[in-house]
Amino acid sequence: MSKMQSVSLTVNGEAVTATVSVRKHLVDFLREDLGLTGSHVGCEHGVCGACTLEVNGAMVRGCLMLAVQADGATVTTVEGLADSGRSDAIRAAFAERNALQCGYCTPGMLASALEYVEAGGTADRDAIRAHLSGNYCRCTGYQSIVEAISDVISGEVDA
Amino acid sequence: MTGPLTIFDKPNSYIGKTVPRPDARRLAEGRGRFVDDKQLPRMVHAAFLRSPYAHAKITKLDASDAATSAGVVAVFTGADLVPHVEPYVGVLTHLAGLRSPPQHPIAVDRVRWQGEPVAMVVATSRAAAEDAAEKIIVDYEELPALTDPEAALAPDAPRLHAEFDSNLAWERTVDVGDVDAAFQLDGVTTVEREFRFGRHTGVTLEARTALAEYDPAEDRLTFHYSGQAPHMMQFIFAKHLGLPEENVRIVAEDVGGSFGIKIHTYGDEVATAAAAKLLKRPVKFVADRNESFVSDIHARDHIIRARMAVTGEGMIAALEFDDITGIGPYSMYPRTSAIEANQVLNLTGAPYEIENYRARARVVFQNKNMMCQYRAVGHPIAMAVCDGLLEDAAAAIGMDPVEMRRRNLMGDDSYPRASAAGMKLDDLSHHKAIVKLTELMGYDALRDDQAKLRDAGVYRGIGFCSMVEVTNPSPMFYGVGGAPIASQDGATVRLDAGGGLQIASSVTEQGQGTNTILAQIAAGVFGVDIDRVRVKTGDTEATPYGGGTWASRGAGIGGEAMLQAAVALKDQVLEVAAAILQSSPDKLDIRDGHVTDLDGAERMSLMDLARTVYYRGNELPPDLKPELIATRHYRVTEFPFVFTNGAMAAHVEVDTETGIVRVLDFWAVEDCGRVLNPLLVDEQIRGGVVQGIGGALFEECLYSEDGQMLNASMADYLVPMAAEMPDIHVAHIETPTKTSVLGAKGAGEAGTGGAPAAVMNAVNDALRPLGASIWQMPMTPERVLKALGVV
Ligand code: FES
Ligand code: FES
Repeated sequence: MSKMQSVSLTVNGEAVTATVSVRKHLVDFLREDLGLTGSHVGCEHGVCGACTLEVNGAMVRGCLMLAVQADGATVTTVEGLADSGRSDAIRAAFAERNALQCGYCTPGMLASALEYVEAGGTADRDAIRAHLSGNYCRCTGYQSIVEAISDVISGEVDA
Repeated sequence: MTGPLTIFDKPNSYIGKTVPRPDARRLAEGRGRFVDDKQLPRMVHAAFLRSPYAHAKITKLDASDAATSAGVVAVFTGADLVPHVEPYVGVLTHLAGLRSPPQHPIAVDRVRWQGEPVAMVVATSRAAAEDAAEKIIVDYEELPALTDPEAALAPDAPRLHAEFDSNLAWERTVDVGDVDAAFQLDGVTTVEREFRFGRHTGVTLEARTALAEYDPAEDRLTFHYSGQAPHMMQFIFAKHLGLPEENVRIVAEDVGGSFGIKIHTYGDEVATAAAAKLLKRPVKFVADRNESFVSDIHARDHIIRARMAVTGEGMIAALEFDDITGIGPYSMYPRTSAIEANQVLNLTGAPYEIENYRARARVVFQNKNMMCQYRAVGHPIAMAVCDGLLEDAAAAIGMDPVEMRRRNLMGDDSYPRASAAGMKLDDLSHHKAIVKLTELMGYDALRDDQAKLRDAGVYRGIGFCSMVEVTNPSPMFYGVGGAPIASQDGATVRLDAGGGLQIASSVTEQGQGTNTILAQIAAGVFGVDIDRVRVKTGDTEATPYGGGTWASRGAGIGGEAMLQAAVALKDQVLEVAAAILQSSPDKLDIRDGHVTDLDGAERMSLMDLARTVYYRGNELPPDLKPELIATRHYRVTEFPFVFTNGAMAAHVEVDTETGIVRVLDFWAVEDCGRVLNPLLVDEQIRGGVVQGIGGALFEECLYSEDGQMLNASMADYLVPMAAEMPDIHVAHIETPTKTSVLGAKGAGEAGTGGAPAAVMNAVNDALRPLGASIWQMPMTPERVLKALGVV
């Protein structure tokens, strides 16, 4: 059994203290220990983007970060983005455009989309596609995702 | 039908409308219910030790250290499971002569592909199970690995299975007309090419995941399943673990992509269920990405030598090819690994008038991962071979490829009829499709641009594909050959006391929008707002019996069953309403949750009616026996499959310095019969096209000569990402199938089946002025440069 360590962090606005194995990834800790199963795991090596979530204001790969590295951090997952209303517009646009099929990529896709929108990204389709280039989706063909993001930017969504 | 309006034009009809999916809202909030999201009391985790060799004898296996490793609950070898799991054999009687030896979930004595399970460790965490698996000592005696299917067929090749006289698993030939004479006709031009289709795989973002729980008191296995065919799996676990079939429950909630990958019998999943039974506690197995690459089925892997003769007028005089495909060491259970080759023979040339057709397929055992059915089984190969040769021949005789198609495509008014290979075809619209396609893409202007850019040294190409797609299969696909795979599906509709509907269906949802389509049909046909419909799919204990979702059958077959059930319930409800309202059923209708007169005037709410039936039956005439639930089943009877057709075009640019192919635009015109929900079907087609582009340009499971998969990670196996993909323009022609009231055919596989041919033709169109051509997929930059003679 590997070494354990205690961590304290804020997850979706709630203070969390836990003892975790030092080798456990942040995304596994969120999923298995906190029951925040909205974050997904697709490759465990930083390529697919399914585990993208927010740590201290930056979008990171939850599979490339250890839970112990999040000690003291503020973490927001797809559940937190929904509960706080921060993802209302982008979620509405995703549903409207059918920008998800199986929905497995969606939590990571939403995180990347939000990162782009909140940073003031333009509705330029190529720029949106370039920003999503680290998020793999096997189902949609990407076009509906691009359209959903561009709808949000051009204010064509009511949420 | 009750009432004057049809189900397609009445006020509550949702059929044909863009209706967003309620599932999408739930999933976007992070409220998915995928198998790995579940944690059960006393649950333990499985990890597998897998063979590092493509072919070897296991001479020693010592798991004693692993068994005492921290957190380990049990270790199982292949031999340990032999008394508990009946081995399985992937053959079907309608594929005459197909052979495959019995297969065990974990290798016994001998391993036959790199990645085959050798031992299973069950521990309190996945990490502990993996740690212990590393402590298992296995000695192997390496055997020669047969990776090249052509070499495996050589008479002196070592045999993969001692009980067979060669490595040939199956062979089929088709010979129609007089092919030899046609190739010798005066004035015909013959083109001949060797096509190579690389192996690729599904790369579902959610890897295969299994969670099995066993209750010894009831001798009952519950299997939480990430897959497409719950009732098929019920049969398989019952038969091979020795359980009564009704004691096996398969539950499939959200599934993170499947595409045919998660519809087969995998040793690691069978072993997981066996371990749960033996340990009497829940066992979870989640494939990691490396395991996915070496154990999820692979697809394609065909070498095809083909030739086509055309007359001076551009008519196809004959088509002939020889296909060799490597399927790994066994035929996959229960669907077999011969279906893809069989489909290639069935489908090649099926859009065209061809009188002389000869083809042979040989399906060969080899030491690579197992090969089986993946999205668009056989279609990308069949379409690329025929349409590739067609455009090659068009160029050879100086004819425009669209004109060439106009001359050879079966007439839209020529159905019902059969293809050269004997496929029964009806309700197709190839000519309408190609006309619509050329309008959609602005074909003439594109050709002008292409010519101008060529003068400037920019090499762009336009390529087409006219295709058929197998959808809505009848029992002739699998059931006829003895497979435990239902081709009929069932639907149940129940009016609840609150006036809403509970519906259940045996087709399943993996993101296509099946649940939404079912709700649209039930709501519209019965007469309630779609928000008043709750949908249940993916549970053998709560749905009617059926085949699940495969071969683009969910909407066409499951949808028709739902339509019939909703019609039946409506009739039943109106009978009750007539009794209560002292009217007659033919004077009443159901709209917007109310029983109405035919002019729409509301008479009573459905809630009122249901509460009367359920709570105050005393108010009803004693001889009235109300049934507020109806179940109907549906299967296709007159045809083995309901074919659809489509026409696609790709516009590409080839960088002759780097060999990189960029898809600039893509167009797809699809005739999937009645379109039930344009929003959903369009994105299905786009997703399929993107998978097809992946197969054409990027995706390949690369193997070394000794059978090691070289790129078994997402960093090394290239999949299409957003930045490389074009916008995809989709349009429809609607020729409803006459086999059902609903008129819907499938659409889910069209893009994957047709895009590779269109992209290949476009690349060759771009390369043609340079005197080069390429017939191997994926068309990687290196292969393009080789074709150009640069490297
Ligand atoms: S799971 Fe983290 S990037 Fe794929
Ligand atoms: S919706 Fe399935 S992976 Fe994106």
